[in-house]
Amino acid sequence: MEDLRFRHPIRARASGARQSAIVGVVASGNLEVLVERVLPDAECAVDIKTAAVGFGEVWSAVIGDFVERYSPGGLKFSINDGGARPDTVSLRLAQAVRLIAENGQ
Amino acid sequence: MTAPLKDVTPAERARSTSFYEASARTRLELLLDAGSLIEFIGPEQREVSPHLKIFDLPEQFDDGIVVGHGRLDGSPVFVAAQEGRFMGGAFGEVHGAKLTGLLRAAREIGSIPVLILFDTGGVRLQEANAGELAIAEIMRAVMEARTAGVKVIGLIGGRSGCYGGGGLIAGCCSALAVSEPGRIAVSGPEVIETNRGVEEFDSRDRALVWRTMGGKHRRLLGAADVFADDDVQDFREAALELLGLVGPFGLDRLKAEQERLAGRLRSFGACGDAVDIWTAEGIADAQAVPEMPADQFIALANRIGRTSRDAR
Repeated sequence: MEDLRFRHPIRARASGARQSAIVGVVASGNLEVLVERVLPDAECAVDIKTAAVGFGEVWSAVIGDFVERYSPGGLKFSINDGGARPDTVSLRLAQAVRLIAENGQ
Repeated sequence: MTAPLKDVTPAERARSTSFYEASARTRLELLLDAGSLIEFIGPEQREVSPHLKIFDLPEQFDDGIVVGHGRLDGSPVFVAAQEGRFMGGAFGEVHGAKLTGLLRAAREIGSIPVLILFDTGGVRLQEANAGELAIAEIMRAVMEARTAGVKVIGLIGGRSGCYGGGGLIAGCCSALAVSEPGRIAVSGPEVIETNRGVEEFDSRDRALVWRTMGGKHRRLLGAADVFADDDVQDFREAALELLGLVGPFGLDRLKAEQERLAGRLRSFGACGDAVDIWTAEGIADAQAVPEMPADQFIALANRIGRTSRDAR
């Protein structure tokens, strides 16, 4: 297992009112993303525990692209990864942002 | 994950969602009245397995089971749903403790039924002793809850089926609903083949696996009370039907169940294959059962009707 942490300054706060949301499942080639609205509006954090060791640079690129595209200010993402490919990671992160943008708890 | 369309009712969404394909959380959201699910010990609390780290294996924030409460047709229910894709839905220490706690809460309250959406291969091998203990605790908790008047309904239709200790717990429930892809057994196909040889059971023969352990056979044997089509709405309707059917639990019911099982063994103990059993039950074209569409099968099963209302 490898732990990775990314911190990014963000231009704008993520929309929506939900405090947390979860998508995905920890299985081979899949991952779960827990997103929580717990940070100041200008920050975003992504904490990853992954079964695939040695892919830090790929994660850095995927997270950098995601942050640029979605501006997830105020959100903390916690990821348990079962060895998902970068496209699956991008998809789950996008789903998480969309889910927490809904109304509800 | 598309945004909910305004003109699609929850029932229509539940009707068009495969129970087999859906995640544990999606199953519960669509099974219960819309928006009524409240989770206990949710993923944000991060109650993960204390064992998987030792094996350098990834954890899941809810340890593979969602427990909580909600409403079914307006009435309160406790619910638990296993995630069959995380470690085969297997019971670990935390996973098991969440279900035990839910059942004990139901026992204390006494009047609120419990729905368990099984999707499991059995005990998580990395947590062997803790997992085995969890199974024993859950079985005790089911029987104590039933003794206190709680109805405990099992719904089985996930990709991991209901095997190992999960099969034992299912056997303790007040009633079960199963769909065609759902399988109920204790030893799985590979386990039987490993221990008894390929001539005893060929685990790669999928047709054999399904007609021995699959939902249709379990329904025809009377192990499952209701057969559901593979969509969440059908499971919702099955759960409601079973909640209406289940009667009080006590020693008489256990004796009746023992009698039912003894009678089953007398009638079918000499059969070598499930098809022989279906033939003995009076099904004219037993060979056609595996290919039969759900609606036709449900009509057939209701006609055969092996379920005894005073047993279980």
